[in-house]
Order: sequence, then C-alpha cells, then structure tokens
Amino acid sequence: MASASASPAVLMRGITKRFPGVVANDHIDLEVRKGEIHALLGENGAGKTTLTNILYGIYHPDEGEIQVWGRPVVIRSPQDAIRLGIGMIHQQFRLVPTHTVTENVVLGMKQGVLFREGEARRQIEALARHYHLEVDPNARIWQLSAGEQQRVEILKALYRRAEILILDEPTSMLTPGEIADLLKTLQRMKEEGHTLIFITHKLDEVTAISDRVTVLRQGRVVTTLETAQTNERELAQWMVGREVLFRLTKPQNAAGEVVLRVENLHAYNDKQMPALKDISFTVRRGEILGIAGVAGNGQRELVETLIGLRPAVQGSIILNGQTLTHMPPRARIEAGIACVPGERMNALVPGMSIAENMILKAYRQPVFGRSGFLDRRAINAHADRLIAEYAVITPGRETPVKLLSGGNIQRALLARELSSQPALLIVASPTSGLDVGATETVWKILLEQRQQGRAILLISEDLEEVMTLSDRVAVLYEGEIMGIVRGEAQNLDRIGLMMAGALRLPREEWV
Amino acid sequence: MNLPRLRVERRLSTSRLTSTLALMVSLLLALLAIGLVFSSLGVDPIYAYRRIVRGGFGSLYGLSESLAKSIPLLLTGAGLALAFRARVYNIGAEGQLLIGALVGGGIALNFGHWPRGVLLPVMFLGGFLGGALWAAIPALLKARFRVDEVLTSLMLVYVASDLVRYLVYGPWRGPEERGFPYSSRFALAAQLPHLEGTRIHYPTLFLAVGLAVLLYLLLERTKLGYEIRVTGENPAAARYAGMNTDRILVLVLLISGGLAGMAGVGEVAGIHARLSPPEGISPGYGFTAIIVAWLARLNPLATLITAFLIGGLLVGGDAIQVALNLPAASIYIFNGMILLFVIAGDVFTRYRLRLELRS
Amino acid sequence: MIEFLVSVIALTIPAGTALLYGTLGEVYAERSGVLNLGVEGMMIMGAVTGFAVTQTTGNLLLGVVAAALVGGLMALIHAFASVTLRVNQVVSGLALTMLGLGISGMIGKRYIGMPPVARIKPLDLPGLSDLPVLGPMLFRFNALVYLSIVLVPVLWFVLYKTYWGITLRSVGENPAAADAMGVNVVRVRYLAVVFGGIMAGLGGAFLSVAYAPAWIEGMTAGAGWIVIALTIFAMWDPVRALLGAYLFGGVRVLQFRLQPLGISPNFLNMLPFLLTILVLLLVSGKAFRQRVGVPAALMQPYAREER
Repeated sequence: MASASASPAVLMRGITKRFPGVVANDHIDLEVRKGEIHALLGENGAGKTTLTNILYGIYHPDEGEIQVWGRPVVIRSPQDAIRLGIGMIHQQFRLVPTHTVTENVVLGMKQGVLFREGEARRQIEALARHYHLEVDPNARIWQLSAGEQQRVEILKALYRRAEILILDEPTSMLTPGEIADLLKTLQRMKEEGHTLIFITHKLDEVTAISDRVTVLRQGRVVTTLETAQTNERELAQWMVGREVLFRLTKPQNAAGEVVLRVENLHAYNDKQMPALKDISFTVRRGEILGIAGVAGNGQRELVETLIGLRPAVQGSIILNGQTLTHMPPRARIEAGIACVPGERMNALVPGMSIAENMILKAYRQPVFGRSGFLDRRAINAHADRLIAEYAVITPGRETPVKLLSGGNIQRALLARELSSQPALLIVASPTSGLDVGATETVWKILLEQRQQGRAILLISEDLEEVMTLSDRVAVLYEGEIMGIVRGEAQNLDRIGLMMAGALRLPREEWV
Repeated sequence: MNLPRLRVERRLSTSRLTSTLALMVSLLLALLAIGLVFSSLGVDPIYAYRRIVRGGFGSLYGLSESLAKSIPLLLTGAGLALAFRARVYNIGAEGQLLIGALVGGGIALNFGHWPRGVLLPVMFLGGFLGGALWAAIPALLKARFRVDEVLTSLMLVYVASDLVRYLVYGPWRGPEERGFPYSSRFALAAQLPHLEGTRIHYPTLFLAVGLAVLLYLLLERTKLGYEIRVTGENPAAARYAGMNTDRILVLVLLISGGLAGMAGVGEVAGIHARLSPPEGISPGYGFTAIIVAWLARLNPLATLITAFLIGGLLVGGDAIQVALNLPAASIYIFNGMILLFVIAGDVFTRYRLRLELRS
Repeated sequence: MIEFLVSVIALTIPAGTALLYGTLGEVYAERSGVLNLGVEGMMIMGAVTGFAVTQTTGNLLLGVVAAALVGGLMALIHAFASVTLRVNQVVSGLALTMLGLGISGMIGKRYIGMPPVARIKPLDLPGLSDLPVLGPMLFRFNALVYLSIVLVPVLWFVLYKTYWGITLRSVGENPAAADAMGVNVVRVRYLAVVFGGIMAGLGGAFLSVAYAPAWIEGMTAGAGWIVIALTIFAMWDPVRALLGAYLFGGVRVLQFRLQPLGISPNFLNMLPFLLTILVLLLVSGKAFRQRVGVPAALMQPYAREER
C-alpha cells in the first residue's frame, strides 16, 4: 500500500464542530492517502457531511487542524479549497438548470473576461472523453438525467484540476446502470492519480470500490479499516453499533385488529423521480411498527403521502376500512391520522403561542368556538390541560413555541397530536436532536400509547430507537421495503444488512 | 483582502419591548435623517417639523383635515395589514382604489335619482366589488399559475389609471365641464354628508373604523383569522394542518382590494363629488397605505393610529408647502425615509448585526 | 406615408431612450436576483441632478456623470437593504421611489421653468445625417441616444459571452451553485444593483438635459414603473429591452398621432402593462421558465445555509 514516508493527501486531526444542541463532529481524525479511494461510512447524522463540508471550507471547525499534502492549511471558503486542489460533488447538485453544461463548468473560473465558449467546450469534451464522462457540453442542465448532471459536477471539479475529490453520497440519485458507470469513472480517476473521498451508507459500494474505509458514528470515528480485510457484515456492525442498548423494556402487548393498511403504494419525490416503490405494510391496534432505514430513502415521502401532502401515484391507503388514498390532508386528519413529522417546525407555527399551536388541527371543532369564532377560554383550558398532562415546561401557555427547548416542543407536539384520540399516530424521528432525558420521555409516552391500544407508525433513522420501541420493523431502502421482521435483538444483523441494501427478504418471510 | 465582514445573524427571541423600542428608535432615526436631508437642502428642519405638526395637528382645522385624509388610508391600510399578515403582498391597492371610485362614481352618475339611503350603500357595495374584482386578477393568477402577485398587482395600478383617464377624458366627461376632464357633479343624493364645517365624510369614517376593528376581530378572534395568521407565519404548517392556503390567498386579496375600492368611493362621494383624472381622485393613498400597514406592524387595530398620523403628515406637508414654499412632493421624503428605517429596524429586532474581523 | 413613418421613428427612438437606460440597468439587477422597485425614484433623482448640476456648472458632461452617481448611490442603499439586511425588496424599493420623488421635488423647486443653459445637441454625422429618409430617421440624435444603443450589444455580449455574465446569471438563478464555486454572491448583487441605479440615473438625465430639456416636477411620470414592466416584457434580455423600449416609446408617440383616428391614447398606454402581465403568465409555465432566463432566485435573499 502507500508508502509510510509520503505525506497523506488529507490529514484532519481533532476536528470538532458543534451546532446548537449537537456535536456534529467530535474530535475526528481522518487520514486520506494519496491515490486511494477512501470511503466514509456511517448512518445519517453520523457527521460525514459536516466533516467534508469543513474540508471544503463551507463550515469552519471549532477545533482541530487540517493538513493537505502535508502542509497545515486553513480553509475559509470553497474558493480556498478549490485553490488547494480540492473538489466536492454535493449530494444535491449545485447546478444552474437553465445554463448549458459548459457555462456550468466554467462558472467562477478566474481566467480573464472573455468567455471563449469553443475553447472551453473542447477542453470539456477532452476531459469527458478521458474520464468516460460523456455529456453534451451544449445541453442545458434541465435536459439532463440525474446521472448526467452528476457527470457535470465531476467535470466541474476536474476542470479546476482538483486532485482530491469529495463525493457526498454520489449514488443516492442514480439508477443502477448509472451507479455502475459512476463506479467505473471513479476507478478511472483513481488510476489517473486522483484521491477520492467517498461518502456513503451503502456497504456494497464500500466493498466494491474503496481501498480503506473510515466508519463514523454519532460524530466520532469508530474505526478505520483496510477494505480488503473486512466484510459487509462486520461493517454493518461497526456502522450501527456493536450492541444496541435496550434501556426500556416493552411490555407484552397483544396487537389487535389492523388499523392502517398500505398496499402497493407508489409516489414521486419533488424532482418527479420515484421515491416510494410498491410499499405495503399494516399497523395494528396496540402495536408500534418501526420503519428503519438510512435517511433519504423515502422516509419523508412516505410520511407526506400518508398525511396527504404528496399524491399517491398508485396503490392504496386504508384506515379502519376507509380508503384515504386521494383524500386531502384535512379529511385524513378528520379520519383519525395524527402525525409528528420529522421536520418538527413544519408542524408548528414558531411565532405563535403554545395555546394557539395546540389547536392547529382541532381548531375547526365546535369545542373551540361556534359559528366561526374562537373560544379563547376553551383554547386556554385545552392548552393548560395538555401542558399539565404532558409536563411541558414553559413559563405559560402564551409563550411562543420557538422559545421552548427541543424536548418540550416535542412533548407539546405529541400532546397535541394525541389529544384528538387518533386512530393512528405517525411519528418521524421523534427524538432527533433531543437529549437523553427528553428521549426517554418521548419513548415512554409512545409505549404508554401502545399499551392503551394506539396504532403507531414510527419512522426513524435511529436504529436503537426503532429496536427499543417497535413490535415489528420494516426496513426502507431506496424507496422499497426490504423486509419486515420482529423487533427483537436477534434480528439486528439482518436489519443492518437490509438498511445497507445488502439483504432483501422474500415477501413470504415478512412478519 | 482582510476586510471586516458584516454578518446578519438570527436572534433567538424578540420581546415585545425590544420590538416597540426598535420601532421608536427607527422613527427617531428616520426623523433625524429627514432633518439632515432638509438642512442640506437649505431648509431648517426644526422649523419644518414644527410647521408640519402645527399644520397637521395644531389646530381644529388641521386635525379635521388630518382625519379626512386618514379615512382612505385607514380603509386601505387595514385591508393591506390583513393581506400582508397572510404574506400576500398586494401592492396594487392604488389601482383597486381607483376602480372602486370608478364603479361608485358610475353608479352615482347613472342612478342619481335614487334615494340617498339606497344609493350610497349601493355605491359602497359597488366600490367594494370593483376593488375586489381588480384584486381578483392577481389572486387568480397567483392561485392558478403561481404568478407573483407583487408584479401583477402593481401593473394593474397603471391599467386602472388609464381606464379612469379614458373615461373622464372620454365617455364620462361631463358636458357642462367645458372640456375639463371631469365627470358631471354627482347628484346630492350621491354625496356623502360631512361633519359641519369640515371635509370629514363621517359615514366613510365610521365604516373605516368599524371595518378596521372588524378585521382585527377577524384576525384575532375567528377561525378564519387563525388560518390567515398560520398561513402567513408558516405556510408549511398550514398545509400540514389541512388548511387551504390558496383559498386564503384569494380571500385576503379580495378583502384588501374591496376595502381599497370602498376608500375610492369615499373619496369621490365624500371629497370631490365627481370623477376626475386618477391624480385628482387619489394622491397615492394606495401606496401610502402600505406604510400605514407596515407602521402598524400589520395590526388592523393599530392602523387606526398610524392612518391618522400619516394623514396628519400629509396635511402638515401641505402646510410646509405653503409656509416654506416647498413642492407638494417633499412629503414623500417622510414616507420614504420612515418606511426605509422601519423595515431596517425590523431587521435589528429579528437579527443581530455582527462585524467580523477576518484574520 | 413614408414621411409619417419617418417622423414616428424619429420621435420614437428618443421617446424610448430613457426607458432603455432604465431597463438595461434593471435587467442586470434582476438577473442578479434583486428586484428594484426604486427605479422611478432613481430616474427622477438622475433627472433633477443632471439638470441642476448642468445649470450650476454649465458643464453637460458633469451633469450627466453626477446623475449617474446619484442613481448609483440610491441603488447602493437598496443593495444594502435587500442584500445585506435581506429586507423585503418590494418595500425597500417603494421607499426609495418615494424618497426620490420627494427629494427631487425639493432640489428641483428653484429650477422649475428655468431655461436650460445647455442641452445635449443632436450629433451631426457627416454623410449619414444627410441621407434621404434614413438621415432624419436614424442619424440626427444626440450622443446619449447613441450611447444607449451602443450599450445594448455591449451588455448583451457581457451577459452571454463573458465570465462576468455567466457569474451574474448564475447568481440570479442559483446563488448556492455560484457560492459553491467560489463566487462572492453578495458582491455580484451589489455591483448589479448599483449598475442598475447608475443606468436609471442616466435615463433620468437624458430626460432633463436632452429630451425635454428642462426640469419639471415629477417629470419621469411613471417611466420607472414602465421600466419594471419592460424588464419582464423583455424577458430579462438587453436586445429585447431595446425592442420593448422603442415599442413602449412608440406607443407614447403614437397616442397623439392616432387619436384623430379614434384610437384612445389611454388604451394604448395600458398596452405595455397588459402585455407585461401576459408575459408574466407565459413565463410562469415551467417549460417556458427553463428556456427563457427568468431569474429563478428573483426576490430571494441569499444566505449560506447554516445549521
């Protein structure tokens, strides 16, 4: 392998980055050798993107130092990074849709005033040929497929003679065929002497392409391994944690009749690409069905399709025998679907008081006022009751929710959603960003509700949470359900493999 | 390259006190800036301010004139406050006001023989519908095709102006006006009564005050108002809660347009008693009302105060025009400067400015 | 008939020139993503400054330059408010228009009715000006008219054929993309907005020292609002801005000529605004948006994403 004497392409030492309420990177050490493909593996929220954004100058580390080619550097902006020969291919492409490929590639170049289009085009064509990145330089970005757009992103970096390339989940938007092409291109780039940092959560890609892999978990480096000396199973364990702590035990509870039945559901994402493919599952009374999976595999789309904010292209959603597939959100709320979405602030009006937020869905009911008026007394009483019942810590019901802590916001949200006695409760990432105490409270509330016979659909990227709470676990991967198993410890390995796309259970084996 | 950098950062919370304080400071700074402009143009600002205050508020006559001018500002401003609360930027109120005047005037000219008790309400109703109709164009374009309401409502101001001009120079010109671009005078039954010795057409004033209060109650006490506030503060949450945000968009545009239309009726039936070219009907009340709404922090009840203050400012402007031999337009300096400082002041309550020295 | 046409064209081009200046500037400002509703105020400030400075110094060039500077200065305020403070661009622009109308009124008071000490005279282009038909139609204008015409291909070229242009358009379309490639989004927007103000100032100066030439209170008479409409009508393109400006200018010339034929000047006047709404409707279609350069980030303040 690389000789020990040569200085590494990138050396990051003790990198720490804090965001309000979270430590995204906690004293991370990373060494990337010249000419290698180095995979950064980890679940969503493990800190991969933060780390590479620091290397590309988008964020500034609170602590730690960076060396590039053995020289200590301070990277203040993408411009600095580009100057150091670092290129980044973001997960969400940074392209101007109405511009041509050539215009996008040369954007920001400092090489005089006059844009010699012909010359630039020829250079791009030569680069494209050399690296097998076929794309028409005259095409406009909006005319291109996701795979082609990604090639443009790579060309942008190569055009600036980037030696070190960071690819943030480069396969997440691609079709299988395009993924194969991309992996070939990356191999080619490696042969040309480029150094690649490859962010992913997919185990097969790590084993297929990388030389070494660094695994991150909860903002820390867990291990760095030679890819040749490990396997998918071992990597899955590193990624999700050797053992999941079961801090709470879920009491035995017999599930009742089916409350929610989803059959062959299909939906598109915002870019009109399939995001949910043939999703089928049921949720019963007194049961928590957990949907595990790495973020970005269709979780958001699933929630939105269930609550009516995203149209179902195909399939059906049936709640207690009532077909809701094409009903507007309001009808679904009235039919008994409650939801605490992953983006909590989209379910709240941050500048309004707790009292007003507590009636966001129920305000139409006559209890809160007749003939179009709001009954302040009823609203206040409702708020006071929920604040007391769910022990929301606040100076009072008039406090704007944006001033509450994350844990209290979540309690308030749960209180509101449960106050309507819904047939089904959907909760997405209910404890993300919460501290241990708040997490435990939320979990307890959910388990109590299950005890009382509530049907709960839990969607979470936090595997520990899913395992702790769920009776059954379905794994979502690239918009498909890979399998449904019991939420028991012995199934953890299989769930990890399914999350990474390395295992698919046949339908007959789903529970 | 080591320039200090100005950064704007979000504040975590804003208390009511800071926000009121910021408003006061903004106004003070605006007055200071206006003073600077005045003195650099050779006008003693202290003297000018005193004349303005005296002109607008210093005498019974001044007060009555201020009140008269605040009527259209109040009607329009309260409606705009409602629309802006839903984050719907109707800036074409001037056009809606003119169309309202046109419809009201048209009714007055054609049905002057009706009894006053019927005619005047019909005129106001017509004005409301006219203004609402004019606002319906940007509303539908936005709801159906996502065309930005700022630009369409603005464009329609000029279409409305030309429509008024066409009518008063053409078909509606009064035969006895000897070629001047005016319609015939309205029949007495189509003229609003005044408070003795003033130009305060009190029926419109009552209407305006009543509607401002009503809009306040609508916003704060009704379920519809709740929907409007939620939509304005967080459209995503509104959709999540099953609210029909397009319906709210259309509704607030229609209401704000309708109120502006009624203001137009008030002007032609209460002040001019005939139709005239657009500049004659309204010296830009529809635009000035934007300031009224903004100064009131988009609270319809507070427009009761801000409309009166701005009305007084307009009258004071007339006073310095005479006393200091300044052009009528100079009062726009107040409008512009105050608006500029108030929106900038808003930023300081929501954000914190930080000067960052880069090493 | 030919004579009629010649005279209409000869009148149309000057009538559209102030609009052309303003529109060219606003095209650039909006291409960077900033809507400037203060154009009217900047034009009128340009007009009064141009006239006042010319009257006091007797120097036309000084007057025109001062007008451009004042326009740029006002635009700087708009840039600070909308780019740095990220306030509502609509309100900030409106405020500046009011400010411009007010201040220009005060400055201009003493110049009302004053005969101009100098005016920008039509150029005598030897040979060309004497051509039959074409001469009076195209070659007897003043330098500011020709400057505006020359600016059209120049600005078109800069917009589409230089790195500056690519940067400018990218900032208005997708500031995040430009930022990721090391473009200073804030600087680009400041420059574009200030350039827009300078052009508005020039347009105003054209009115007061060349077209009129005189100071009349409120003499822009809504030209700044037509500029806003024209910018959309031209779909943010300098060449179409020229066509639009002359079309709208022609409408003003024609309204007096066609009146005897029973065509209402008022309906002709409405036309630009109605056409603009139509264009807005057209570009709202997705297919259209992608082909025409509607600045996708128009009216959207940019701040780098921070968690």
